[in-house]
Amino acid sequence: MATYVQKMSVFRLAAKPTNRGLSRFYSTWLTNAGTSVTTGDGSPRTRTRRFRVRVRETTCTLSCRAYNSKVPQFPTWEPVSEDRLPPCTQISADLVDKLERLALVDFRTKQGLECLEKAIRFADQLHVVDTSGVEPMDSVLEDRTLYLRDDEETEGDCAEELLQLSKNTCEEYYVAPPGNIPLPSREKRAAMLRDSEF
Amino acid sequence: MPAIETEICHFFNCVLYLFFSSCPQSTCVHLLMDVLSFLLHSDPQRLVGVVGLEIHAQINSKTKLFSGSPVGFSAPPNSLVSFFDASLPGTLPVLNKRCVEAAVMTGLALKCTVNKKSFFDRKHYFYADLPAGFQITQQRQPIAVDGALLYSLLGGKKRNQVIQKTVRIKQIQLEQDSGKSLHDDLRSQTFIDLNRAGVGLMELVMEPDMSCGEEAAAAVRELQLILQALGTCQGNMAEGQMRVDANVSVHEPGEPLGVRAEVKNINSIRYLAKAIDFEIQRQIDILQRGGVVLKETRAYDSKSGETISMRDKEGLQDYRFMPEPNLPPLIVYTDNASLPPGIDVRQAVVVEAIRKRLPELPGVKRDRLVRSYGILPEHSFTLVNEEGLVEYFEEVLKATAKEPRKVIGWVTNDLLGHLKEQNIPVSQRSVSRTGNAIIPSCLSPRLLLVYVPAVTHTSHVGLTQVFQEMWRSPGKAAQQLIQEKDLGLVADTNQLHSICQKVVDSHPHEVDAIRNGNKKVLNKLMGLVQKETKGRADPVLVRAILQDKTS
Repeated sequence: MATYVQKMSVFRLAAKPTNRGLSRFYSTWLTNAGTSVTTGDGSPRTRTRRFRVRVRETTCTLSCRAYNSKVPQFPTWEPVSEDRLPPCTQISADLVDKLERLALVDFRTKQGLECLEKAIRFADQLHVVDTSGVEPMDSVLEDRTLYLRDDEETEGDCAEELLQLSKNTCEEYYVAPPGNIPLPSREKRAAMLRDSEF
Repeated sequence: MPAIETEICHFFNCVLYLFFSSCPQSTCVHLLMDVLSFLLHSDPQRLVGVVGLEIHAQINSKTKLFSGSPVGFSAPPNSLVSFFDASLPGTLPVLNKRCVEAAVMTGLALKCTVNKKSFFDRKHYFYADLPAGFQITQQRQPIAVDGALLYSLLGGKKRNQVIQKTVRIKQIQLEQDSGKSLHDDLRSQTFIDLNRAGVGLMELVMEPDMSCGEEAAAAVRELQLILQALGTCQGNMAEGQMRVDANVSVHEPGEPLGVRAEVKNINSIRYLAKAIDFEIQRQIDILQRGGVVLKETRAYDSKSGETISMRDKEGLQDYRFMPEPNLPPLIVYTDNASLPPGIDVRQAVVVEAIRKRLPELPGVKRDRLVRSYGILPEHSFTLVNEEGLVEYFEEVLKATAKEPRKVIGWVTNDLLGHLKEQNIPVSQRSVSRTGNAIIPSCLSPRLLLVYVPAVTHTSHVGLTQVFQEMWRSPGKAAQQLIQEKDLGLVADTNQLHSICQKVVDSHPHEVDAIRNGNKKVLNKLMGLVQKETKGRADPVLVRAILQDKTS
């Protein structure tokens, strides 16, 4: 959940590139969220409520660009000791293969695997948070009314305008490469990678 | 198969293997082992098919699910696309109220529980006709769940026994359609048309409660009729307004379900039945040969009648579902009393208000026809199957005040038969949405008044001629045609008397036979009279006159 809300706020920031002091806010927010998750000491209920409140306040702060005192000036965090974390995730060769195919990225090097393991270890800290009895939050908009539009035509008929944004068109069509091509098998890809090094 | 049997099978296999492995003729051995292992492993009689369906029904709305661009078929490419549909940055989804109401109405018609609160989710996959890289759908909490579709099969030797069946509806979810890709294999490129991108779909997920192609086809046909009656989907499969994917597996009854294959690319109800039956047989054959059915997606090839593996690695699909951040939960209200204060009434979707607007559904309509007109159940199916035919039948009844059982025979045999013979599409819904447009105007019940006497006296020859004339010169009043072409029923008593007299005079043997008590010979004389009058003589009159003359 925390990661999800972070994404939202980052998106908000990214959508306003003119915001001064962007990178500072960015780091403050991220670490701040991390802190609130890991150092909470009240009952799960109050902890979550506080977290929620903070989300709203922070978003508000960001959007009105004010220096709110509730936002810490400097990043702070408490490391979570290893013994509180679940066992390290072992990444099998098959899983690497699957991830490579999904992400269309090769990372089968020692360095790549280390990076992935570190990322998982970082996320493992979320397991420390007690969320029992807390209803998951879907969106910061979840208490807003969903606006419903009448079924009346208001847009469309702008093919020319849209197609001129595209690099490759033909008549009134967008032109894309042929459909998804399945990746070669792991063995074949390994061979290809080996060859490409020479 | 119970565990103990499996154990025994395994044991036998081992023994057989040990016994035969020392033997030099290994091919022979393998063949023998296959046969034996097949006999031990599966009883071919007991394997049955299990079918579940996923149906994408395009919502019949003026505009798309999340944008105000129009919905239309065969428009110039990319002309029905808004900035949102093309996924330009900064655009946001705005939900179409009509689509929500259509899904609720469909849910009610299928006895679903309508969720007061439902959520939208993003389903990610990478394809050129999905420019956003994700589809907005309802994965966690769809708009309607736990329904049932009642459908009927015509069974028995004469196919006149109505067998009632039920398939459970797991859920109905709202989601976006994708664009269309045209593949140019020669120059290895793909043309993308986003006109369909973002059109509202209802995905109906059915539980695997069917067992063969015929059942699945009957269920889909019934669903199609229901959606058309509701007006929530036009249901034209050829235009992709209804797309059916079938999940097919085989198992022995009582055992857990087998591995399923998903059959896609089915674009008619007839092909649906064929594709499913082919797939069931294919899987049974595999198991009987001791093979393993793969969990895979297969496409139906209508030319060969076979299903073909699409060779995708299903295990590798990862849709990375996440809550759609730009859409708050969708709330619908039970009734007007449950509306929160201060809400704009035009904004609210009220379930009870939609329930009140539910039309007569096909099942109810068939029951009513059987009950109020005393027609056969299979005739009620024929009537309801063709859009507008029920209304037509009832209008003819009203206009002619004839016995319904006679009119039904005429409507289902003569009229439908003729329409099919002339290759006139019975349903021309795409041309006109008004129900009555299906029957050419020259056959309007009012004009038919003239024929119904002929029709109900089974003068088929004359009827067919009248039909043909009417198609040749549409717009001409039927009465006029009959007079012009001299096609009317000959009911002039004097004329008939003279014809009958001629027949009686020229067939003294037959007349004698009748007078000696062989009444059946009268039919021969009647046939001769009809020959003279080109089948247009009023048979009741002719019989009376002949009886009089031969007595």
